[in-house]
Amino acid sequence: MSADVSQEKITLGTITMAHGSGGKAMEELIRTVFVEAFNSNHDNPQLASLEDQARFDLAALQQQGNRLAFTTDSYVVDPLFFPGGDIGKLAVTGTVNDLAMGGAKPLYLSCGFIIEEGLPIDTLKKVVRSMQQTAVEAGVSIVTGDTKVVHKGSCDKLFINTAGVGVIAEGVNISAHNAQAGDAIIINGYLGDHGAAIVDARGDLALQNTIESDCQPLNDLVQAMLAVCPDIHCLRDATRGGLATVLNEFAQASNCSMQVDETKLPIRDEVRGMCEILGLDPLYLANEGKLVAVVPAAAAEKLIAVMQNHRAGRHSTIIGQVKALSKPVSKPSVLMTTGFGSQRIVDRLVGEQLPRIC
Amino acid sequence: MKYVDEFRDPDTARKLVQQIQRLTDSIMAKRAEAGYTMPLQLMEFCGGHTHTIFRYGIEQLLPDTIELVHGPGCPVCVLPRGRVDDAVALASRPEVIFTTFGDAMRVPGSQKSLLQAKADGADIRMVYSPLDALKLAKENPEREVIFFALGFETTMPSTALTLLQAERQGITNFSLFCNHITTVPTIDAILGDPDMILDGFLAPGHVSMVIGEEPFQFVAKEFHKPLVITGFEPLDILQSLTMVLLQINEGRTEVENQYKRVVQKQGNSPGQQAIETVFEIRDFFELRGLGSVDHSGVRIRDAYARYDAERKFPLSLTGGGITVTDPAGCQCGDVLKGLIRPWQCTQFGEQCTPQTPMGALMVSSEGACAAYYQYSDVQELKLKRSHQKESVSA
Amino acid sequence: MCLGIPGQIVSISDADNSMAMVDVSGVQREVNIMCIVEPNTNAQDYIGEWVLVHVGFAMSHLDEEEAQRTLALLQELGEFQEELDAMKEQEPQQAGESQ
Repeated sequence: MSADVSQEKITLGTITMAHGSGGKAMEELIRTVFVEAFNSNHDNPQLASLEDQARFDLAALQQQGNRLAFTTDSYVVDPLFFPGGDIGKLAVTGTVNDLAMGGAKPLYLSCGFIIEEGLPIDTLKKVVRSMQQTAVEAGVSIVTGDTKVVHKGSCDKLFINTAGVGVIAEGVNISAHNAQAGDAIIINGYLGDHGAAIVDARGDLALQNTIESDCQPLNDLVQAMLAVCPDIHCLRDATRGGLATVLNEFAQASNCSMQVDETKLPIRDEVRGMCEILGLDPLYLANEGKLVAVVPAAAAEKLIAVMQNHRAGRHSTIIGQVKALSKPVSKPSVLMTTGFGSQRIVDRLVGEQLPRIC
Repeated sequence: MKYVDEFRDPDTARKLVQQIQRLTDSIMAKRAEAGYTMPLQLMEFCGGHTHTIFRYGIEQLLPDTIELVHGPGCPVCVLPRGRVDDAVALASRPEVIFTTFGDAMRVPGSQKSLLQAKADGADIRMVYSPLDALKLAKENPEREVIFFALGFETTMPSTALTLLQAERQGITNFSLFCNHITTVPTIDAILGDPDMILDGFLAPGHVSMVIGEEPFQFVAKEFHKPLVITGFEPLDILQSLTMVLLQINEGRTEVENQYKRVVQKQGNSPGQQAIETVFEIRDFFELRGLGSVDHSGVRIRDAYARYDAERKFPLSLTGGGITVTDPAGCQCGDVLKGLIRPWQCTQFGEQCTPQTPMGALMVSSEGACAAYYQYSDVQELKLKRSHQKESVSA
Repeated sequence: MCLGIPGQIVSISDADNSMAMVDVSGVQREVNIMCIVEPNTNAQDYIGEWVLVHVGFAMSHLDEEEAQRTLALLQELGEFQEELDAMKEQEPQQAGESQ
C-alpha cells in the first residue's frame, strides 16, 4: 500500500514514459495540465470538444478577410525560463508574430510538446500557463495539440512546436519584395534585448545585469499600424540573426540597398556593454518582440506617432532609408553610416555569433 | 570620462583626416622628387586594430596614397592547422572537458574544427576567462579540464596567473594546452623579409600594456621604421596614423606612445612576472601563413609540467615536430607581409570564404580577408582583381 | 587582437583571491585585479577606479589625466587644422586683391 502511494507521487511529480503512452496517465496529463490551462475561461469550444482536430466555421473566417495565413515554428531554448519570458511565452509570441508580419490577424494556434522524461510536471504547468496567458494577451486560442514523451537525453527538457492560422484583410499586401527607393525603415524599439538576456541567463559567462527579453506579441501593434497605413511594404520580426539579417533579406528580395544610420539604432546601454565585453555585434542579436517595417516615406511620421502610443512600440523610430542600387556597392546590400561618418556593409552572419577575445 | 565615446567623435575625426591628407601630400611630394610614387604602406599589426578600421570604415576616409597593411596580430588566425588537430584530439578524449575562447571554435584543422568536434560528441565549452575553466575543474574533480591557452602577451598573464592559482589551491585536474605566441619575433620576421616594403607601424596597444614600450625599440633602431603604440578606438587609430606620418615627414624613426591612458612605459610588472614564472621561450613555433618563426612561441616551464596538457597527454602531430602545411594556393603569407591586398589573392571569394576558410586571414572575423569579405562588396573586388590581371597580361 | 574593455571597479568580491566586480555600462562581471593592485595597498582602495579588462583580468589602470591630455591634443590638432583652412580660404582672396 505505502509503495503504491509513493509510486503515485512520483507519477504526479515528474513526467515519465507513462505520460506519453496513450493510457490513463496521458489522459490525466492532458486534462489537468493542457485543457485546464487552455480552456481556463471556458471560451475554447474547439479544444473542449477533445476531438482529434479543431474545426472552424469558414463563413466566420471569410468575414474577416480574403486570405488565410498559415505558419509553424519550433521552440528550443536553454534555459526554459529567462528574464522577461519562458519557452511557452516564446512559442506563442513567435507564431503569432510570424502571422502578424504578413498583416494577418492571428486566430488559432496548435501546439506540439516533446517532453524529456523526468521533467517536473510543475515546470510543464508553468510553461503551459504562460502560453495561455500570452495567448489571451494576443487574442488567440490554442485549439489543438499533441504530447510526446522521449527517453532521458533524447531531447533537452522540453521542445514545443506551434502552428497558427490567421486571416489577412483585403487590400493588405506585405512582402519582402515590396521595398522601394525612398521608403523609410522603422523599428519598434530597443535591439538585442532577447539575445543578450539569453546569453546572460545561460550563466556560462557569469555576467550580472538586469537585461530582460523583449518577448511580446506584435499583432495588435501591426493592426494599429495597418489602420493608419494599409500600404506597409515590408514587415518582418527580427528574430534569429537580428536586424542585420532581416535588412539583408529585404535588400535581396527587393533588389535594393537598405541604408541605416548607426546613431539612430536604439540599443540599451547594458546590451551595448555586454556586446563590448563579449565582442558581439548587437545588430545580429536575436529579438522576440521587434519588427522591422519598410513603409512609404510620406506615412513614416504618422506611423511612428501611432506606434509610440502602443505599448509594444514605445521606442519606435526611423532608422534608415531604402535606396536604389548604385556604385560603389552595386549588389543588394545593407549599408550602415557609422557614428563616425563613414559607411560600411552589414553582411549576413556566417555562422553563430561567438564571443571573442581578439 | 567613459574612455570610449570620447574617442569616437566624428568632428575630431574629420579634422584628423585633413591633417593626414596634408602630411601625406607633403611626404608624397618629397618622394615624387626622388622618383618614387608607391603609396605609403603602413601596417597595423593587431587584429583588434583591423577590426576597428573596418567597423568604422577608416580606410575609405584616408587618402589613396596610404595603404593599410593588416598584419598577423590575430592569435586565432595564425593558429596552425596541426595545433588545431591536436586540440581536437585532446578535446575528443572521453575524460576531458575542453575549454576555449569562442573565437577558436571555428578555426579549421586539417580534419575538423572544434565546433565540428563538439557536434561529434566532444565535451567542448566556451569560456570568457581561464578562471572560468579553473572553476569548471573544481566543479568536476573526476574530469580533466584543459584550457586552450592562446593569444599574445596580453593574454599570457591571465593564463599564467590561473595556473598559479590552480597550484595554490591544489587543483590537479586542470591543464593548459599552451599556444601562446610572442609579438616581437613575429614583427621581426616580417621586417626581416627581403621583400618587405612597409613604411611604418601601428603597434598593438594591449600587448604593450603588458610588455611596455622598450621591446619595440628595435623597429626604430635596427629597421629604422617609425612605430606608434596605438589604442583601439577610431580616433586612436587616426591620431596614431598622424603621428607615424609626422615621423616620416620629419625623417624621424622613434617609438611613440599614443595610448598613454592605458600603456605605461614599463608595462605591467605583475603581468610580466607571471609570464616569466610560468612560461619559457620555445625554439620555434609555427604560425599559420608565416610558417615557422624562431622564438615566437612559449611553453610551460618544467616546474609546472603537471599543468601542461602537452606533457600530460602525448600529442601525435606537432608534439613530434610534424608540420601540417597550409593548403596549396593559399597566399596568406603574402597578404600578411603586405605584398598583395586580400582581394588580390586568387582564392579570395572563390575557394576561400568565411564559410570555407582556406587560410589564416579568412578564419577569424579579425582576419584581414574575412574583414574585407564581410565589410566590402566582394563582387566588386573580384572584378577589380580580374581587371588587374588583364592589364598585367596586356 | 586582445579585446580590452574599460570598466569601473564597484566592489571587492573576494579579497583573498584578488577578485572584484567590474561594471561595464551596467553589466557586471567578477574580474581578477592582481595585476593592478600595488604592493602594500588595500584592495578596497581601488573601488571606483577605471581599469582595462581582458579575459577576466584587469590588466591596466586607466589614467584619466593621460586620457584628457590625449583628447586635448586631438582638439589642438583640430584647431590647428582650422587655422590652416582659414589661411587657405584667405589666400585666393589676397591673390584676387593683388591683381
